[in-house]
Amino acid sequence: MVTLNAFVILGAILFCIGLFGALSKRNAVTILMSIEIMLNAVNITLVAYSSAFMGHTHGERLTGQVFAIFIITVAAAEAAVALAMIIAIYRRRSTIDVGEINLMRW
Amino acid sequence: MSFDLPTVAFFLIAIVLVGASLAVVTLRNIVHAALFLALVFGAASGIYILLNAEFIAIVQILIYAGAVTILVLFAIMLTQNANSRTSSPFAKQWWLSALICIALAAGLIAAVSGSAMAVASGNASVHLATLGPDSGTVARLGQLLYSPFTYSYVLPFEIASVVLLVAIIGAIIIGREE
Repeated sequence: MVTLNAFVILGAILFCIGLFGALSKRNAVTILMSIEIMLNAVNITLVAYSSAFMGHTHGERLTGQVFAIFIITVAAAEAAVALAMIIAIYRRRSTIDVGEINLMRW
Repeated sequence: MSFDLPTVAFFLIAIVLVGASLAVVTLRNIVHAALFLALVFGAASGIYILLNAEFIAIVQILIYAGAVTILVLFAIMLTQNANSRTSSPFAKQWWLSALICIALAAGLIAAVSGSAMAVASGNASVHLATLGPDSGTVARLGQLLYSPFTYSYVLPFEIASVVLLVAIIGAIIIGREE
């Protein structure tokens, strides 16, 4: 028997691992990969809640899965735009170290 | 606690998931990190199958393990830098972010296991994947996404397609050569 808490705790652990990567890495592509892990963790939590309360047959209980689909859509769009930006930055500065991309730093 | 097949599968997939995502954030070689990211996506798809969400599982494999991994690998290939191998992949204050993340994880786990909602419903077992004639959720999910007559998410779905279009055009304009 796996409880709902096990899935939610798995999501929380994955989210924190992704957050650590997004905060501490220097390579912009790695930061993007960490953000994808965080989005996946949120998706797992949403689908787990949706699945735990699916006892009733009405379709509105699947709202968590619909939210997960929208998150996947937006994450794909985000990945495409972010990687295009990384490649554009690399062309101009020939580095993708986020410590050196400090034009907007005050 | 009984150890039936879905329980064992859950713990195996959870261990693979956590280990692979730790590898993504700690490995020095970024190509290896990207390959472990593909493993994370595949294992997450296994979790979705355990949760009776077949459509999400297939979409996860198609979009994440297929498209996003390839996109990331292409970006790594186009931005390969000579000195990225020698310098440390972590920022200077990495221990501070590690501290924050461990604290956040402890707080989240305490909140999940101690809240009133968890006590009321969280310890109820999740209905794990079963094989049967009426176990699929794809048809109901499609109705909830597309149906113009009943309660559905048609308008957000259309807006999501506009978001994708804007992202495609934006990526082309940002990424093209001057």
